[in-house]
Amino acid sequence: MSKHHVTTTINGEAVEFLCETQETLLDVLRNTLNLTGSKEGCASGDCGACTVIMDGKMVCSCLVLGVEAEGSSVTTVEGIADGETLHPVQRKFLEHAALQCGFCTPGFIVATKALLDANPNPTEEEARYWLAGNLCRCTGYDKIIRAVMDAAAEMRGEARAA
Amino acid sequence: MQRLNYAAPKTVNEAVSLLAGASGPAKLMSGGTDLLVQLRSGRLKPELIVDLKHVPGLIGIREEAGGFVIGASTPGATLEAHAGLKAAWPGVVEAMDLIGSEQIQGRASLAGNLCNASPAADSVPAMIAAGAVAVVVGAKGRREVPVEAIPTAPGRTSLAKDEFILEIRLPPRPAHSGDAYLRFIPRTEMDIAVVGCGVNVTLDAAGVCTAARVVLGAVAPTAVLVPAAAAALIGHKLDAATLAKLDAAAQAACKPITDKRGTIEYRTKVAGVMARRTAAIAFERAQGRAVKGH
Repeated sequence: MSKHHVTTTINGEAVEFLCETQETLLDVLRNTLNLTGSKEGCASGDCGACTVIMDGKMVCSCLVLGVEAEGSSVTTVEGIADGETLHPVQRKFLEHAALQCGFCTPGFIVATKALLDANPNPTEEEARYWLAGNLCRCTGYDKIIRAVMDAAAEMRGEARAA
Repeated sequence: MQRLNYAAPKTVNEAVSLLAGASGPAKLMSGGTDLLVQLRSGRLKPELIVDLKHVPGLIGIREEAGGFVIGASTPGATLEAHAGLKAAWPGVVEAMDLIGSEQIQGRASLAGNLCNASPAADSVPAMIAAGAVAVVVGAKGRREVPVEAIPTAPGRTSLAKDEFILEIRLPPRPAHSGDAYLRFIPRTEMDIAVVGCGVNVTLDAAGVCTAARVVLGAVAPTAVLVPAAAAALIGHKLDAATLAKLDAAAQAACKPITDKRGTIEYRTKVAGVMARRTAAIAFERAQGRAVKGH
């Protein structure tokens, strides 16, 4: 049996690739498609560094087979900005210095966008629970949560949070 | 190295034929949140993965004859978003929702959790408490199996080689019914149960329990239905004496192991406490009060 031929949509563009069964979607994104924004932290679905949105659901791309992407629509961190214009979540992460080493940041950006798409006005508790599957070993999370809450406020058209 | 093949059948018959005809070990896949981890660790070495998500009926929730039918591969996020299911079976939905992160919820399913057959699977005690039935299909046709008869030991199920779960059925609810699931973990999220407990009760108009199912997880090789704990509740309101009998019955049903999550003594003691707390939530819900579980 030859490699699987997969036709899918990634960040709005039609994409075709070949993969072996055991290659994960994360392997395909990083090694075949050169979309290296999604990171491999734990490779067991615990850290969230590989978070992507697949058919409207947030998933760990390390726990999805590449071949499962057939016919689906995937958004990675590379698809969050609008061309050269950063998404408000990305801008607020920079403004609040919500990253240090940056390894977890793509996963947090994708997860935060998914949160705010589903719930534009989360409480801090809701945001913290939503992001429980994204691990950060640098920031202590506080700056991340401040960035998330401020991005949410801006996207709702409210004044900057204190 | 043996090549790993993948198939995504589009019908029940195609899936059954693939499983029946597999020359080597085959593994069923729904969300893959356990399967991919076990593949990578080398614990599992199948020759074929059968992805069931494209079989009609495997994804989705429908109401039927007063109950709910949940496609076997339906992700947790879809259960959590279903207002009717949540109102009728808050315990089942909260048990599923406790599994992993939001990312895991995008993929993980009730039947996957059941067939992975971990003693600590969160959704399983809640499903058993609910009286859930798994609709199993295979080469010999279709059979309905109580959820408690699916797992037989850690990592093992009663499914034949050519069988898989098509859907999970939750029965209709009598008036004044409520269910709940609690688990004990040493943190707030992203952990595996030290003890889990599912309770499902029906009360009469005066608040006296007329029917109950109490199930413990992570205290034996499989989830345990505890009839003695149900008997402690039936015929009573949830007073101190009833809670004490429930606690004792739950502890008596434990056959746990000592591992890094807890000792035999600790798990046994905690099982009694979890039974008390879970029953209290189920009784509140049966009396029409919305109670946040965990």
